Amino acid sequence: MAESTSLQKKRSGYKIRVEPRLDVPPAWYPLLVSLGAIVFALFLGGILISFAGGDPIRSYQHIAKASFGDIGVLSDTIVKATPILLVALACSVAFRMKLWNIGAEGQFIMGAFGASAIVLAPVLSEETPRWLYLTVMALAGMGMGAIWGFIPGYLKAKLNVNEIISTLMLNYIAVAWVNFWIFGVWSEGGFQMSPKFPNVAWLPRLAEYAKEIPIFRGLTTHAGLLIGIVAAIILWLIVYRSRWGYEIRLIGDNAQAAKYAGINITSNIIYVMMLSGALAGLGGMSEVSGVVHRLQTAPIAAGYGFTGIIVAWLAKLNPLVIVVVSVLFGALILAGREIQPSGVPKMIQGIILVSLIASDFLLRYRVRIVRADAEE
Amino acid sequence: MDPIIILQAGVATGTVLLFATIGEILAERSGVLNLGVEGMMLIGAMTAFSTTIATGNPWLGVLAAMFAAGLISQIHAFITITLQADQVVSGLALTFLGTGISLVLGEGLSKAGTVSLLPNFSIPVLSQIPILGPILFTKQSVLVYIGYLFTPLTWYFINHTRPGLNLRSVGEYPSAVDSLGISVFGLRYFYVFVGGMLAGLAGATISLAVAPGWFSELTTAGQGWIAVGLVIFAQWDPVRAMFGSYAFGALRRLILDVQGPTIIFGLNNPFYYNPYWGFFLQMLPYAFTVIVLVIGSREAMRKRLGAPAALGNPYIRGERGK
Repeated sequence: MAESTSLQKKRSGYKIRVEPRLDVPPAWYPLLVSLGAIVFALFLGGILISFAGGDPIRSYQHIAKASFGDIGVLSDTIVKATPILLVALACSVAFRMKLWNIGAEGQFIMGAFGASAIVLAPVLSEETPRWLYLTVMALAGMGMGAIWGFIPGYLKAKLNVNEIISTLMLNYIAVAWVNFWIFGVWSEGGFQMSPKFPNVAWLPRLAEYAKEIPIFRGLTTHAGLLIGIVAAIILWLIVYRSRWGYEIRLIGDNAQAAKYAGINITSNIIYVMMLSGALAGLGGMSEVSGVVHRLQTAPIAAGYGFTGIIVAWLAKLNPLVIVVVSVLFGALILAGREIQPSGVPKMIQGIILVSLIASDFLLRYRVRIVRADAEE
Repeated sequence: MDPIIILQAGVATGTVLLFATIGEILAERSGVLNLGVEGMMLIGAMTAFSTTIATGNPWLGVLAAMFAAGLISQIHAFITITLQADQVVSGLALTFLGTGISLVLGEGLSKAGTVSLLPNFSIPVLSQIPILGPILFTKQSVLVYIGYLFTPLTWYFINHTRPGLNLRSVGEYPSAVDSLGISVFGLRYFYVFVGGMLAGLAGATISLAVAPGWFSELTTAGQGWIAVGLVIFAQWDPVRAMFGSYAFGALRRLILDVQGPTIIFGLNNPFYYNPYWGFFLQMLPYAFTVIVLVIGSREAMRKRLGAPAALGNPYIRGERGK
């Protein structure tokens, strides 16, 4: 045995050795690995694009120009980033506890429904002050999202039902539920959408302040961004600076230890799923109230829930990093709409996620290339 | 609303779930949870359809689909087995990747028109059996018949053969398998590949037999995820998976049929007069999956049955208790 391996080493000259990393790598190292993974993913994506008959370099140039080229498109990028931001925050808090909430998409849709119900039922009159009207809409969105998170949370905590599948199934149910309302009850003249909301139900846009600040003219960035950033800061404080956050992180790292420490895992599963659902629901409210201005399935069930998963993972579940990463993905989605073939943004997201997960290996292990004869 | 037609169609569409579910059962039995079924099915459906257009031979389409889906499953195998990453996240990533790739490479396929499909035929004597004959053996796709043979064979393989014993052991106690000199990594790579091939076959069953064509993501419409749910309901047993799959297939057909007639059970059919009530029917398969999961999980808790003990854990030689 020993002889044959040493023969092999002599022939190859060099040998790749993989050993567990015992020390903590410097702070810049994970960042470098993530960036490397993204570059690698874009390279792979480029190969696939050219395989499908596209031009990868022009595709990527187009993405950069169509998303950061001037202040107008930058504003549109931020508009796309806002729902991703809130959904990624929702995913991050659940993932932190190793709760695989894949249902942010459905919670987002139900949040949009809840907020729209305030306008369409109607619950409040149009004479209500705008701040109050919007607050009630936000609360309704969060409430519906929380209910949509509670169901799988309860099933997981009490009946040990796999949350990945239950949350996914609830996504499909949420779409059918919204379709029922917009095709039937709230349909505008037989079209598959509700009537447009009155102005009181619109989140304020930068363009509204163009009179005072001329540069804001035509900018569609809306207050949802502010909501998202505030939510990110609050979530960061909860996760890293509160007792509850400590419990969440402990359960995620070592559920057994948490149990011995007297932490109630059952109720934490339900609370965290509800918090996660509420954040995603808030994203849904921000989207109908800030962008779509009516209830309609296609623009709200556009896969933000799934992009949020990738963004949360890429940001290593850190709420403040999520803010930055979601802008990059907003750019990818905004610019990707015009790229042919149309599946490109989705494919690149998939490749990025795969490379990221694979690159985690480099954080846990040290790969060294050693001279074979230098060994032993 | 003829129950025989509903069951007949249920067996046909249920065959899609059957292949996908059994593939996932094999992968999970070896200890690898692969949530990428939906993505692998889409790859399979797209590859089957485009290969059949290019070659005119649906059998080549089926083979190409199985190979392509098996190939992409190896990404998951590499990430989770060799690189020891989290199986849940990797499986999700595989679904994104498979969906994205099939959308890009399947661009324009939806306008490709008709292709030659896999044959449908009746079995001479068996189709004469009352009730069962028309349901199981009349004008079914050849893949449906393959499903009938495949399920008991897989069951026998898992429970009564030596390789099947190795498969079960590597999912329950990999270090014991390792100590016998059998490669844990090798077995797991192999069964993830088999699971991928079967998911590809399931995709090909859609695009070449059950609902011919390529309709981007709507081709599978979440059936890959239903298959993952069915594995839990089936308690990792192919025969239970068969009944679950056919029941789901019948449910899908029932939903379509309920919306047709003007009068149902002697009443005015609300789904006919208010078509948007049909969205509640559309929820049923998904709601049913959750209910099936609840039943499966309760039963597993009561009987102390469960997933393969090593499911979801990477195997690291020399680590204690794995």
